Amino acid sequence: MQQPIPNSKFLIPYCLHLADTTLILSQRNSEWCGHGPILEQDIAITNISLDLLGQSRNFYQYAAELISQKNGNIVTEDSLAYLREATEFKNLLLAELPRGDWGNTILRQYFFSEFQFILFEQLKNHSDTQLAAIAAKGIKETTYHIRWSKEWVIRLGDGTAESHDRIKAALPILWTYTEELFIPAEYEVNLGIDFDIMKKIWLEKVMAVFEEATLSIPENIVMHTGGKNGLHTSELELILAEMQQLQRTYPGAEW
Amino acid sequence: MQIQDFEKIFQGKIDTEVKIEPKDWMPDAYRKTNIRQISQHAHSEVVGMLPEGNWISRAPSLKRKAILLAKVQDEAGHGLYLYSAAETLGMSRDEMIEQLLTGKAKYSSIFNYPTLTWADMGAVGWLVDGAAILNQVMLCRTSYGPYARAMVRICKEESFHQRQGFEILLVLSKGTPEQKAMCQDAINRWWWPSLMMFGPKDTESTNSDQSMKWKIKRKTNDELRQQFVDMVVGQIKVLGMTLPDADLKWNEDRNHYDFGEIDWNEFWAVVKGNGPCNKERLDARNQAHVEGAWVREAAMAYAEKKAKKLEMKVA
Repeated sequence: MQQPIPNSKFLIPYCLHLADTTLILSQRNSEWCGHGPILEQDIAITNISLDLLGQSRNFYQYAAELISQKNGNIVTEDSLAYLREATEFKNLLLAELPRGDWGNTILRQYFFSEFQFILFEQLKNHSDTQLAAIAAKGIKETTYHIRWSKEWVIRLGDGTAESHDRIKAALPILWTYTEELFIPAEYEVNLGIDFDIMKKIWLEKVMAVFEEATLSIPENIVMHTGGKNGLHTSELELILAEMQQLQRTYPGAEW
Repeated sequence: MQIQDFEKIFQGKIDTEVKIEPKDWMPDAYRKTNIRQISQHAHSEVVGMLPEGNWISRAPSLKRKAILLAKVQDEAGHGLYLYSAAETLGMSRDEMIEQLLTGKAKYSSIFNYPTLTWADMGAVGWLVDGAAILNQVMLCRTSYGPYARAMVRICKEESFHQRQGFEILLVLSKGTPEQKAMCQDAINRWWWPSLMMFGPKDTESTNSDQSMKWKIKRKTNDELRQQFVDMVVGQIKVLGMTLPDADLKWNEDRNHYDFGEIDWNEFWAVVKGNGPCNKERLDARNQAHVEGAWVREAAMAYAEKKAKKLEMKVA
């Protein structure tokens, strides 16, 4: 499908949405750094955190460029990440949920990575070449994130009784935040992204992994949405208070 | 062959700069000293992740956050190489970690100090990694092969970290009055503990003589400490900051800087577990270990299941 060249009115919030989601998830995963269950996995989750941070910087830098072009005011990746309020953040709610235990972190990452891969597959051919380039670059990283998180979902699901119970307990809560991935916000409607196809592929992939992990998809669940439009859980406020602390305390300082 | 002959061959290798390898005969004390030193070094890398990890969530720019995350991750990697090197001497990683968690094994005391401001990320990189590098450069030529080879890799990354630390301080030193004050304060707090990293004075050091004879060490604590002081005095001028030592001055006769007396009471207090963060650090390591137990068990159980399935397929 040939996507239309998007209007910056939609492209800017969309880039911010992609940037915010990857930044906030990176921030959450980085909480494990130095506290992982075993050294090799400490390194792995930090690696993913670094990849997501790199992606978020690409999207912020692009958004900053677009905003500067449009309004003429100077905006940077840091002003976008550090000086916006929680209500201005457009990240998926899934990203801001607490890291929880290893099972929760793994399952969240798996849901997100599987989604991100399908999304990047679409975006890499996008008519907006910058968006396409960032997505194409991310695909390699995301491929590894899927492999890693998928293996862990299976390992925990089909490991011990305790690991099975733990990941099973994380599932119904995380699941309620997955619908949002596939409901386009207003700024996403005209970007030529096929959300229905994405949802279909995502579900198929998740179901296949769940079968191996001896997990099943929860039924009759009420879904949460809002993040894409700045309506967040109370978690985001806390994340930002911590993350933005220095920039807010010393306005205008260089670091 | 008599044991004396083995010892002769062993010392002969050391004297002629031939590396000792895992399967070579070695005196028990040489093995033990290396296990102790390498595992302590590994523990230091892992515990060292905590004070810096503390600022990842608050790094003041996305670039700084990325650099810091990568740095702390490097330290985990160093821990891995070093545990592997120590394992070649016959102690398992589980056993070494057990010793860390119970407090039986030591790690570098420097990590028992808190990281209070962002400037500490600079001071730790510049001073703490700077002090560590001097020791580590020497260890690239240590007599035990696997340790020496691990150190070569580690040194490359560490010198990168040191430059990054210095750069953090350099930016602060040119910043707002608050940032300058933050920079000086961090240097004041980290200077003396960094000097302590080289260990007791040569006259007080119990393990030094034998370690020098076996070329586990090639420079004494005091030699390395002096080298460090001389190096830092040159670099601090670039920052326009000062070192908190009134006795610091150039000594023409020695061709080195003289410096003041270290507070050895503080040194021994921290070594013995009474530093500002000893408990916090060990608690954090223990908590991660306990909370990770079910994950490690699951990974093992799954691997066994998979192996069994494979066996059945083959049969």
